[in-house]
Amino acid sequence: MSEPPATTPPARISLLGIAGAFNHVALASFGGGLGAWSREVVVVRKKWLNDEQFLSAMTMCRIMPGANQVNLAVFVGAMMRGAPGAVAAVVGLCVVPVALILTLGFVYFTFKEIPAVKGALHGASAAAVALTVTMVIKTGRKCLTGVVPVALFAAAFVLNGILRWPLLLTLAILAPLSLIWAWPRKGEAAA
Amino acid sequence: MTTYLALLSLFGSLSLMSIGGGNTVLPEMHLRAVGGYHWLTDNQFADIFSISQAAPGPSILIVALVGYAAGLKVAGVAGALLGGVIATIAMLVPAALLMYLVTMSWQRAKESKLRYAVEKGFAPLTVGLILATSLVMSRAADHDWRAYLVTAAATVVFVRTDANPLLVVGGAAALGYLGFI
Repeated sequence: MSEPPATTPPARISLLGIAGAFNHVALASFGGGLGAWSREVVVVRKKWLNDEQFLSAMTMCRIMPGANQVNLAVFVGAMMRGAPGAVAAVVGLCVVPVALILTLGFVYFTFKEIPAVKGALHGASAAAVALTVTMVIKTGRKCLTGVVPVALFAAAFVLNGILRWPLLLTLAILAPLSLIWAWPRKGEAAA
Repeated sequence: MTTYLALLSLFGSLSLMSIGGGNTVLPEMHLRAVGGYHWLTDNQFADIFSISQAAPGPSILIVALVGYAAGLKVAGVAGALLGGVIATIAMLVPAALLMYLVTMSWQRAKESKLRYAVEKGFAPLTVGLILATSLVMSRAADHDWRAYLVTAAATVVFVRTDANPLLVVGGAAALGYLGFI
């Protein structure tokens, strides 16, 4: 496997560009679907990572302590531009949402009522779920290309989604299996 | 002052305990903020939970509202805003720092077999976990058949067309606002 071009972008990405991308992700995600928006921006539009790199990073970010999407911002930012990149990504992801949520908090704690947008957010969340399902279909077409990957996919869905096993227990069983399957064999270049 | 120190130490430690994501420490956060410190009531906690779920951005920003409530008790609105900012920083920084260190060693491990296997092997697994997330999201939002219909229709639009997702989400929000979903 040759080194994917995504990790060595030809042009240096500006810190403002990183912050702007994650601000875009955050603001687009009202009603949910933050993961799907991250892929849309990072993989599809900016082409900073490819799908395999993005998906594997998502699971690493879940294993690590911290909010998954914040961890993903740190990962992408740091891969692009090191520490300044990570800071830019987290600031881009969080600053505007924090200002918004504190404004909502002010309204809520002052008037003792949630702003009358509940119905709208209910509708938005139905479409946000669709975004997430779409991400499953689009990425699944690329990486579910054999019996073993399909089995890993199905097992992860059933254990975590249907049987509601905790994430860490699900991964404790499936992560070693997936690594054994994907471990480079003799004659297959690791790099 | 003691309130702000309490916010720093509570969220600074919850940050490193949140293995698997922010949701895993919500029960502990509820226990300490409502039962221990009495910064807010049970109902208020439920309300700020739904605000943080719906608002744009990571849902872990619920900590900004817990900080707001704590600060409001001691120093009015200005103190509340300060509390919100302190709680957010305390929750974000420790975990982000750890994630940064991991990313840096990941970047150095470019040629390693482990990185190759993780990138190839975790992809199908992650797709399954994402599908599980969509199911859990639907259930948590208390969706009925109309919402599932919107989800199905929107999925077809997203997969088959290049429509701007934001327009579709906005359209669904309008339907919800008018009471159709």
